[in-house]
Amino acid sequence: MRGTIRIDANRCKGCELCVGICPKKVIGIADTFTPKGYRPAILVDPDGQCTGCLLCSTICPDVAITVYREAVSRTPAQKHAAAA
Amino acid sequence: MNRELWEGNQAIAEAAVRGGLEAYFGYPITPQTELLEYLSKRMPELGRAFVQAESELAAINMVYGAATAGARTMTSSSSPGVSLMQEGLSYIAGSEVPCVIVDMMRGGPGLGNISPGQADYNQLVRGGGHGDYHSLVLAPSTIQEAVTLTYNAFDLAEKYRGIVVIAADGNIGQMMEPVVMPPMRQIGHADRGWELSGAAGRPRRIISSIGLDPEVMERINARLQARYREIEANEVRFAERQTEDADLLVVAFGSAARIAQTAIREARARGIRVGLFRPITLWPFPYQRLAELAQRIPRLLVVEMNAGQMLNDVRLAVGPQAVVSFYGRTGGQVPMPEEILAQIGGMAPTPSTNGARAIALL
Amino acid sequence: MLAETMTVVYERPETLLPVVSHYCPGCSHGIIHRLVAEVIDELGVREQTIGVASVGCSVFSYNYLDYDFAQAPHGRAPAMATGIKRYRPNHVVFTYQGDGDLASIGAAEIIHAAARGENITVIFVNNAVFGMTGGQMAPTTLPHMKTTSSPQGRDVATMGFPIRVSEMLATLDGPAYIVRRAVSDPATINRTKKAIRTAFQAQLHGLGFSMVEILAACPINWDMQPEDALQHIKNAMIPYYPLGDYKVIDAVKALA
Repeated sequence: MRGTIRIDANRCKGCELCVGICPKKVIGIADTFTPKGYRPAILVDPDGQCTGCLLCSTICPDVAITVYREAVSRTPAQKHAAAA
Repeated sequence: MNRELWEGNQAIAEAAVRGGLEAYFGYPITPQTELLEYLSKRMPELGRAFVQAESELAAINMVYGAATAGARTMTSSSSPGVSLMQEGLSYIAGSEVPCVIVDMMRGGPGLGNISPGQADYNQLVRGGGHGDYHSLVLAPSTIQEAVTLTYNAFDLAEKYRGIVVIAADGNIGQMMEPVVMPPMRQIGHADRGWELSGAAGRPRRIISSIGLDPEVMERINARLQARYREIEANEVRFAERQTEDADLLVVAFGSAARIAQTAIREARARGIRVGLFRPITLWPFPYQRLAELAQRIPRLLVVEMNAGQMLNDVRLAVGPQAVVSFYGRTGGQVPMPEEILAQIGGMAPTPSTNGARAIALL
Repeated sequence: MLAETMTVVYERPETLLPVVSHYCPGCSHGIIHRLVAEVIDELGVREQTIGVASVGCSVFSYNYLDYDFAQAPHGRAPAMATGIKRYRPNHVVFTYQGDGDLASIGAAEIIHAAARGENITVIFVNNAVFGMTGGQMAPTTLPHMKTTSSPQGRDVATMGFPIRVSEMLATLDGPAYIVRRAVSDPATINRTKKAIRTAFQAQLHGLGFSMVEILAACPINWDMQPEDALQHIKNAMIPYYPLGDYKVIDAVKALA
């Protein structure tokens, strides 16, 4: 299953709990700083390994992570587009 | 109108019920307990909330909770219990929610005793808890007056979003007098715009006394002080008897004023022209009227069941020109009319003491 | 870039306000706030909910949870909640209290609210220290644990023993539901959410007092990295405060 996450950098406090818990090791820490002075977590997933497993969003104390998964059932139009 | 014989505590309880009391929380303490006992039967009978709390601390915080939810709510206690409530009272004042407190004062300090006293005056009128705040303090001298003041106390509390105290003592609480009970009011009200009722169809509301930013906290204080000035302008109450021709003015509140009245009657029979000035609101104190009277009657005798607490307010009111004497009994002792009469005699026709302060010592 | 075929499988609950919290990095309060918000949203009771915040780090919980809120004096939240609930019995009333607030200064209020079987829900966050004032010893501080007011470690000979609140309250006849959970990893977090849901359901069914004690991390005051702090819950907290269901009356069991 393919998934992805979006991390709201403004909410992230760089606690790194998501980094440690990610089974695919696709979360890292940015070199930049948030307005509050933290280095936020970022998704580093060039190979699309994220499965949207929800572990990071479950452990995140700041509820900064939104999780997405590829839809299981597609509309006919989407199937057509995928086949084309 | 039917006059019925009522015990003071029970009469105040019934007056509160008829005034719209919706939620009562209390804890037993003499000489107030009959009030709690009465409501333990009366409130459930009417489907209204009654809880005997685990302490006065819990009782006042239950009142605080019910007040935030918009209830007409009340607790009652006596001196040591009211001391314990000071935390909650400060929070209630800071949160600007209305409630009514009954204090059936007794002898102190400490555990003291269960006899009548008036030594909670300073605690009640100066705030009592931490921070700058005031409660509106009403001091009845008869059971009928206690009934009327209690019946209307909730309106005052809601008008000013604050605390109203019925400051009585064990005499008022435990004696019996004929009373005309006011009619039962309907309970229930339209949303007051601040109460916690669930954020349905409106933004949520927060009731808190916190103001972490000193600028914010100072603004809250300014709002409270403005309201206190409004109360001072609108709510001063007092009673006067035989002041028109008086050479000497007795100043007393609550049951001390009743006893003083007996002494004044006897003094008049002996040809001493004495009048009575009785503050009904201990806060706001009737400074202005007392100052006016002292211009004409510059000799005053303050009688209290404490070591001289209202005395300070009388002195503030009348200034240094007037001669102010004091007679007080403490520790739950009640002054006898003849003791007060002796004090009156000592001041008339010319004052033999200037600013004398007499406290009965055993 | 998100592919068009991606759908949201997790996002912030609606009643958790979109603001940055004041909590320290790795603090468990954020997780527990989220769980409360998710449960309230899923039960659809936001508009009838009244929260009572306590004193301590969670004093500002009302800044994050989008319900009517009162803020209680230290330890008095169960008394305030009692006042609210008795006047508004059809509302959902909950307190959110830390261990300093609930187990120390508020010990009397929580015991009697539980004993009366007040139909309220208590979210009890136990991180074994006074967090807001900078990590002093709490009644729940573990034996030998160093805090800013037990610098040599809690010596039980002079400082007494930790209080196991759930076990203590479970001896009372009043409560309907008392459980201890933790937020030390995703599995325990998900179980905590289920317990919070059960606690609120118990209240909605009028079954009486419900409390979820939650073992939580305070990395800053424990002087640990957030990940180590979660390990500390497992290695040190849970052995002293075993997770489990301490009181579940039959009517609550029937809700499941």
